[in-house]
Amino acid sequence: HHFAGLSDVSISGDIPVEGEINVPVGTPSQDKEYSTLDEPVKDTILRDLKAVGKKFVHVMYPKKSSALLRDWDLWGPLLLCVTLALMLQGGSVDSKEDGGPQFAEVFVIIWFGSVIITLNSKLLGGTISFFQSLCVLGYCIMPLTVAMVVCRLVLLGGSWGFSFIVRLIVVTASFSWSTFASTAFLADCQPPNRKALVVYPVFLFYFVIGWMILTFSPSA
Amino acid sequence: MASSDGNKNTNTEPWGGFEDNIIQGTGSAVIDMENMDDTSGSSFEDMGEMHQRMKEEEEVADEAEATEEETGEDGEFLGIKGIKGQLGRQVADEVWQAGKRQASKAFNLYANIDILRPYFDVEPMQVRNRLIESMIPIRMINFPQKIAGELYGPMMLVFTLVAILLHGMKTSGTVIREGTLMGTAIGTCFGYWLGVSSFIYFLAYLCNAQITMLQMLSLLGYGLFGHCVVLFVTYNVHFHSLFYILWLVVGGLSTLRMVAAVISRTVGQTPRLILCGTLAALHMLFLLYLHFAYHKIVEGILDTLEGPNMPPIQRVARDLPVVATAAMNANLNSMVVVLCR
Repeated sequence: HHFAGLSDVSISGDIPVEGEINVPVGTPSQDKEYSTLDEPVKDTILRDLKAVGKKFVHVMYPKKSSALLRDWDLWGPLLLCVTLALMLQGGSVDSKEDGGPQFAEVFVIIWFGSVIITLNSKLLGGTISFFQSLCVLGYCIMPLTVAMVVCRLVLLGGSWGFSFIVRLIVVTASFSWSTFASTAFLADCQPPNRKALVVYPVFLFYFVIGWMILTFSPSA
Repeated sequence: MASSDGNKNTNTEPWGGFEDNIIQGTGSAVIDMENMDDTSGSSFEDMGEMHQRMKEEEEVADEAEATEEETGEDGEFLGIKGIKGQLGRQVADEVWQAGKRQASKAFNLYANIDILRPYFDVEPMQVRNRLIESMIPIRMINFPQKIAGELYGPMMLVFTLVAILLHGMKTSGTVIREGTLMGTAIGTCFGYWLGVSSFIYFLAYLCNAQITMLQMLSLLGYGLFGHCVVLFVTYNVHFHSLFYILWLVVGGLSTLRMVAAVISRTVGQTPRLILCGTLAALHMLFLLYLHFAYHKIVEGILDTLEGPNMPPIQRVARDLPVVATAAMNANLNSMVVVLCR
C-alpha cells in the first residue's frame, strides 16, 4: 500500500535535473592514460623532486632495491654533475687560467666515463639498459659531492698539513662508498664470475673523480 | 634446440637462440672466412645478423597489424569525413614508420655493439694471466706465437695510463696552453695505442708478417702494462737513476715480449729487423717521452734558463751539465770566499 501513492509522482518542470551527458568521441585510448599535461607546474616539479630525493636516499643506504633501476631519470646525475663542476672551479694550479676548462673537463669526464663503463658492462654480457646504468653511475657520485663540500669547508680554515689528512680520509671514504653503492646495483646484472671485470672501470672512474677533488686547492 | 617451426617467441636469449626456421630461412651455410681468424670460431656475428633480421620481420608484422586495426575501427564510426581524416592519418603514419625503419636500420648497422661482443669475452683469471705474461718474453721465434685477440685488457690499460698521466701532469704543474689536461692525456694515450698499432700493422703488411689488426692492438695494449707500472712508480718517487733502471728493465722486458711475438710471425732477416727496430724504438721512446714531458724538476730548471719549447731528448742532456755547473759554481764561490779571508 506504500507504493500506491507513488504512481502519481511526477517530476515537475522547474526542478533541475543534474548530471552529465557525455558521449565519448575520438580514440578511446587517449583517455586511458593519465594526462600530466594539464596539471599545474608546481605539481610536476614537486613530483620529480620527490622522485629524485627518494633515489638519493637509496644511494645513501645501498640496499638491493630496484627503485633506482625501474624509474630511472637523469635529473639527479645532472644536478650532481653541475654542482661538482661548479665547486671544482675557481681552483687552478696556474692563476693565469680562468677555470673555464675545468668545468668542461669535469662534465666530459663524468659523462664520457659513464658511457664507457655502460658500454663495457653491456659488452661483458650485462642485462642492464643504457640509461639505467647512466642513472646509477650518476646518482652514486653523490657521496663524492658531499666530500667536495666538506673539503671546501675544511680548506676555508685550518693549517695545511692537518687539513690534507682530513681531506684524504674523507675523500677515500666517500670514494669507496660510491664504488660500493654502484656495484651493489650494477654487479647484480652480470654473470657471477665477471663481476671483477665490471667493478674495475667503476673503481677507476670514481678514483679519478675523487682524486680531482683531493687535489683541488682554491687559488688565493 | 627448438623444434617448433612457427614459434617466434620461445627464445630467451637476446641473440635469438637456435631456431630452426630462422636458420632455414637464411639459406646460407657458408662460413665467412673473413671473420674467422679474429673471432676464433665463434659465430656471434652471424647471430647478430639473424637477430637483426628477426627483429625487422617482427616490426613489419606489427606494422601490418597496426594499420589493419586502425582502418577497421575508425572507418565504421565517422562516415565520409572520417574516411578523409583516416586517409591523411594513414599517410602520415606510413611516412613515420618508413622514416623510423630507415633510422633504425642505419642505427643497427653502425652502432651495433654486438660486433665487438666477442672481443670482450674474457674471464678475470685470463686477464690477470695475460698481464703477467706481457712481461715475460718467449724465446721461441721459429714458430708463430699465440696472441690473444681481446680488447678488454688493452682498453682498461689505456684508461689506467690516462689516469696515471693525469696524476703526473697535476703534480708536476704542467700548463697546457691550448686544450685541456684531460684532452691531452686521453689524446696521447689513445693516439699512441691506435696510431702505433696501425703503423706497425701497415709495416707488417709490407713485410708480409702474419698478424691481424686485432692481434696488434691487443699486443700493444698489453705492452702498456709495463709503462703503467714504471710511470706509477716514478711519478711518485723522483729519482732519475731509478727511472733509467726501470726504463731499461721493465720497458725492455715488455718490448722484448712484443718484438718476439711479432718476429715469430715474420719470415726473412730484413723484414724482421725492420719490424723489430721500429717497434722497439717507438715503445721505448714513448715511455721516455711520457716521463720527461710531464716531469716537475726538468720543467723548473728549464723555465729559469730558456723557453719551455724544448724537445724532450734535449732536456735529458741539459739536466746533468746544469746540475754539474751549478755545483761547480758553488764550489768555486766557496773556494774564493775561503781564499779571500
